[in-house]
Amino acid sequence: MIETRDLWVRFGPVAAVRGLTLRVEAGEWAALIGPNGAGKTSALRALAGLVPYEGEVSIEGKDARTLGRRALARLVAFVPQKPETPPELTVAEYVLLGRTPHISYFGGESRRDREAAARALGRLDLEAFAQRPLGSLSGGELQRTVLARALAQEAPVLLLDEPTTSLDLGRQQLVLELVDALRADGLAVVTTLHDLTLAGQYAHRLVLLDRGDVVADGPAADVLSAANLAAHYGASVRVFEEDGSVFVLPVRDR
Amino acid sequence: MAAAAGEVGAPRVEARGVGLRAGFGVAVFLVVALAVGLAVGPVGIGIGGILRSLVAFLPFLHVHQLDTLDRNVLWQIRAPRVALAALVGGMLGVAGGSYQGVFRNPLCDPYLLGVAGGAGLGATLAIVYGSAPAAGNWLVPLAAFAGAIAAVVVTYALGRSAGAARATGALVLAGVTMATFTAAVQTFVQQQHTQQLQNVYSWLLGGFSTSTWTDVAICAPYVAASSLVLVLHRRVLDVLSLGDEEAASLGVDVARARLAIVIAATLGTAAAVSVSGLIAFVGIIVPHTIRLLVSTSYRAVTPLSLVAGAGFLVLADVVARTVLSPEELPIGVVTAFLGAPFFALVLRTSRR
Repeated sequence: MIETRDLWVRFGPVAAVRGLTLRVEAGEWAALIGPNGAGKTSALRALAGLVPYEGEVSIEGKDARTLGRRALARLVAFVPQKPETPPELTVAEYVLLGRTPHISYFGGESRRDREAAARALGRLDLEAFAQRPLGSLSGGELQRTVLARALAQEAPVLLLDEPTTSLDLGRQQLVLELVDALRADGLAVVTTLHDLTLAGQYAHRLVLLDRGDVVADGPAADVLSAANLAAHYGASVRVFEEDGSVFVLPVRDR
Repeated sequence: MAAAAGEVGAPRVEARGVGLRAGFGVAVFLVVALAVGLAVGPVGIGIGGILRSLVAFLPFLHVHQLDTLDRNVLWQIRAPRVALAALVGGMLGVAGGSYQGVFRNPLCDPYLLGVAGGAGLGATLAIVYGSAPAAGNWLVPLAAFAGAIAAVVVTYALGRSAGAARATGALVLAGVTMATFTAAVQTFVQQQHTQQLQNVYSWLLGGFSTSTWTDVAICAPYVAASSLVLVLHRRVLDVLSLGDEEAASLGVDVARARLAIVIAATLGTAAAVSVSGLIAFVGIIVPHTIRLLVSTSYRAVTPLSLVAGAGFLVLADVVARTVLSPEELPIGVVTAFLGAPFFALVLRTSRR
């Protein structure tokens, strides 16, 4: 469970996030959406403790500020939009690096760490890739590997910044299904997502940010209205609902 | 077979380390280099003589020691020279590999943050204004060491004042600034005292012709402590290869880890440079050869660069003192002349 109250992130005089309040339980998925520069990534990085913030963040009931860096990393796994993937590293070695918060500074991996990494590989169907160098993987395989690294951290909270960037539609669905399976295993998941239809289909709750402010918050049917998307994205869209799913279609009206 | 069903097909999840083959190969390389370093010279002693002399030091074994001249040549002239070359080469190798890791830039060498410029300036000042002759003068290494440390401290302060956001980029630029500035001052001082040009140049180009056990004793504690710290950081260096943000999200205090690695690499390099002069290329060629032949993981790069660097510089020194015998070639010329084609060969043959 991760919870924030009145979270502000400032870069000098500019406030990128202006008072975000959010609570995501184990087994829940919240998606931060909004136009470019709305503060989605800044909010996510604050939740991961990577940028200074005002307000409160608590994880599993513990105040994030009182946790050391390693203790925080055992509770929160974070995957940036463009993770660094050294091409010569093997999948197994890369996933093992996810165990870092459980290993002492000068220490090496124990048997428990190797087992945890093997479980993460198994959960994401990567056993066959274990010895492959990262440089030889396709985009979808790489994204699964990055998820496995985050999973190996064994943290109850998973933060993903645009996990579907540069994947084709099929791979996007595959990766989101995997994230959904991890959520169903009991992780609290917070992602940013730019595809609104996919965001509505996978996340339980959408938080629409615009210039740092939360302007809408709730289930997809409430947040993804044509009026909201016109007001905050400057987009001209039509919104359909079918079988409980919300579909956002761009229309050209000029 | 009694293997449990769950174990069949379980992936091997392990990080490649040094490995038996690479570890053995590098160890053999160092031993051969040390033997060649002790055996080669104008006075023929040979491997047999070296072994006999070694055994003669053991108590209760009545083996005849070499005659006094040979023994002194071996243990007072060649041995400290070989030992110092090994210490300096190992230090430059492991420091270069670590710098490349911590700055995530394959072109970094241990002189990056101004160590070379500062040491060169310190040594030049000592040679020019010091009273004693340059050879065998303790003042020169001391001044070189102080100059190197001072230069890096200023570089670090300069880099930090540029702001933490672009920390590594600012630091590298500050290093370049510092190197340029110290080189200018060093050249200025040197041109004012052209009668000392020969001494200044022979120091700058590096070499071991005047090595003594005292030099070894000065250098060894720094090299030992620094390389221990760097080798202990081998896993942290792998984590840092994921970038600052991801390393931080994995619980590593990136700024502190970087500072510890930079301090260790700088102290060791400054100590090495102060007794050997500026030896080019070792800090780049040795770690990259390990990366190309063994693995890019720092679990292999740091320990293997230490051992391979030691062997490489001992062999380079053998070449430096034999090709123009009885004259000596500056060792920096040898490391570049042998190193560049060798590295080109490694690059060509190890394309994966």
